[in-house]
Amino acid sequence: MYQAILLLPLLGAIFAGFFGRLVGARVSEVVTTTLVLITALLSWLAFYQVALQGQEDRIELMRFVDSGTLKSVWSLRIDTLTAVMLVVVTTVSGLVHLYSVGYMEEDSGRPRFFAYLSLFTFAMLALVTADDFLQLFFGWEGVGLASYLLIGFWYHKPSANAAAIKAFIVNRVGDFGFALGIFAVFTLFDSIQYDTVFASAPDQVGKTMEFLGFHVDALTLICLLLFMGAMGKSAQFLLHTWLPDAMEGPTPVSALIHAATMVTAGVFMVARLSPLFELAPIALGFVAIIGATTAFFAATVGLVQTDIKRVVAYSTCSQLGYMFAAEGVGAFDAGIFHLFTHASFKALLFLGAGAVIIALHHEQDLRRMGGLRKVMPFTWAMMLVGTLSLTGFPFTAGFVSKDAIIEATYAAHTPIGTYAFVLTLLSAVLTSFYSWRLMFLAFEGKPREPKDVLEHAHEPPRTMGVPLVLLALGSLLTGGLFAHLFIGGGETEFWRGSLIVRAGESGHEAPTWVMLAPTVAMAAGFAVAWYFYITNPLVPFGLAKRFRGAYLFLLNAWYFDALYDALFVRPAKRLGRFLWKTGDGTIIDGIGPDGVAARVIDITNRVVKLQSGYIYHYAFVMLVGVALIITYFIFAGGGLKP
Amino acid sequence: MTVGLSHYLTVAAILFTLGIFGIFLNRKNVIVILMSVELMLLAVNINLVAFSAFHGDLVGQVFALIVLTVAAAEAAIGLAIIVVYFRNRGTIDVAEIDLLKG
Repeated sequence: MYQAILLLPLLGAIFAGFFGRLVGARVSEVVTTTLVLITALLSWLAFYQVALQGQEDRIELMRFVDSGTLKSVWSLRIDTLTAVMLVVVTTVSGLVHLYSVGYMEEDSGRPRFFAYLSLFTFAMLALVTADDFLQLFFGWEGVGLASYLLIGFWYHKPSANAAAIKAFIVNRVGDFGFALGIFAVFTLFDSIQYDTVFASAPDQVGKTMEFLGFHVDALTLICLLLFMGAMGKSAQFLLHTWLPDAMEGPTPVSALIHAATMVTAGVFMVARLSPLFELAPIALGFVAIIGATTAFFAATVGLVQTDIKRVVAYSTCSQLGYMFAAEGVGAFDAGIFHLFTHASFKALLFLGAGAVIIALHHEQDLRRMGGLRKVMPFTWAMMLVGTLSLTGFPFTAGFVSKDAIIEATYAAHTPIGTYAFVLTLLSAVLTSFYSWRLMFLAFEGKPREPKDVLEHAHEPPRTMGVPLVLLALGSLLTGGLFAHLFIGGGETEFWRGSLIVRAGESGHEAPTWVMLAPTVAMAAGFAVAWYFYITNPLVPFGLAKRFRGAYLFLLNAWYFDALYDALFVRPAKRLGRFLWKTGDGTIIDGIGPDGVAARVIDITNRVVKLQSGYIYHYAFVMLVGVALIITYFIFAGGGLKP
Repeated sequence: MTVGLSHYLTVAAILFTLGIFGIFLNRKNVIVILMSVELMLLAVNINLVAFSAFHGDLVGQVFALIVLTVAAAEAAIGLAIIVVYFRNRGTIDVAEIDLLKG
């Protein structure tokens, strides 16, 4: 069954990728979607068996690498954490496949699109079922590849190509650290197998390792390097710049890859390696700081974005920060739980935004929306559910998981925990504000669309509606249904050692005001958004004008893109230009091939001048030659030795 | 004064040199080149006959006859080429014959 879960999407990808042109778009759609939906059903079965019944498993598929002491067997590690991720990945993927059937209806590249989607699903499943670092890395790069392909899916758009390259390169930065981390693991433990590493990790506490000429604590170093990979993949502060640009891809891709699954790979990785991170408190503190900073930073940027997808993208960035903040204070279960709920409500928001975009003929600018509630009541209701859940309206999924995180940061009672607590709480206000801002701008107020566009706006077709409804149900119910398993009381029996659960975590002892704070934050954000965009729509403009610097600072995402452009991109381009023009053009070509060719031509040009074309010149040269030869023979004795 | 071998050889050398200069100094006509070549062949013939008589060996004279034959054939072919060339290009001026110019 687990083999089927892993390999069916690959089968679909191969089918649609290689035979898609042959069998047509419709067949490709149906085959890939069916296979992934089957996978989703099997995953829920697996979830039941593994997480609820406790039938953990480890299936060896084949020997992968066997070189010296490096051994890697491709095997599936089936434990609770894997089962949770299987459910998240395959369910969202299945729904996104289904949704894409409607969303991509007019696109001619559908077989390719579905092949990429299924390929992504396979790579993500390989990532979550990995049993050692090498397979983790395989899945890690596989999802990166699929992400690159899908961001650049509309390859005729230069912006899409640029975004795809950016995503790939920024991820390389993270993966550089990730690869170094894996090397360090192998150096330290002489094994890359999870169980072996985890078992011997406690013995390695306090050992040092030489890195860049410094002796540093080995485990801290490993965790920091591995976390660098997570920062790249999960778009954390400093390596986040690719995620907003990745919105150039089709909206279902944003929902699947850049909201629900791939970007959570980093969160998953930290949870999976929690036995390592738990032994490296400095690295864990760093995780919390980065997570909380990202949560706050992305939320502030989300306040002023005008592109509907970018708002949701920054919101994703921010929510990923929450997850890392939770993991950083040791609440791995809360982090994964937020991953679980976030997948459903963020996918819902993206797919809802996609429905709006499609209805308005690919209009993504919030300033040209408005009044859509009357035109698209169904989509409005779905987005409302997503927004409620994201902002943490009581008893929705987001409420349960986000509160767990905020309480966990409070309950950490460390300076870093307090830092994370303050920032995540502030971010909750901001989250509520920008989410409601999006809702009000898109669905309320006076319509700002061109008239003909508004007249043609329509509700999404059923293939797009069904996934929305299912995700909306998930956004409402997953919190209540699964909270007691993931975080509330029964977590030790639920996780069964697949991640570290600290006793007395999850904020059970948090005071009442901490419990209420997120809800108050949500209400505050809502009130401000209501005041700004419903009662006094002119206030935001006035504020933007008065605090122009701050407004531009936020609009340009704290000028990170400009900073990186000046720091890395332009010097790199300058270096490249230097190597190209001077190094390659002038030196190598100039002296090498081109130089030799030019000298040959010079010489021939001179030789050519000797060819006068007059017979008597040739005859003269011949005569002189003959005379010289004869003279030589006469004086040399005819070549005979005397 | 007896006419010796060296006299014959001197005449032949003069003739040969005349032929060479005929080729190089001629700026006008291809036929002159042809004639100069004939002149050089004749100089060689005189050498052959002179050595033949001096050494009392008839082979040299036989060889001279063969050279004459070849020279006649060569003159015929050369003239034919010149005729054809004139038909094609309308001139046999050596200064104009420079198709080999690079």
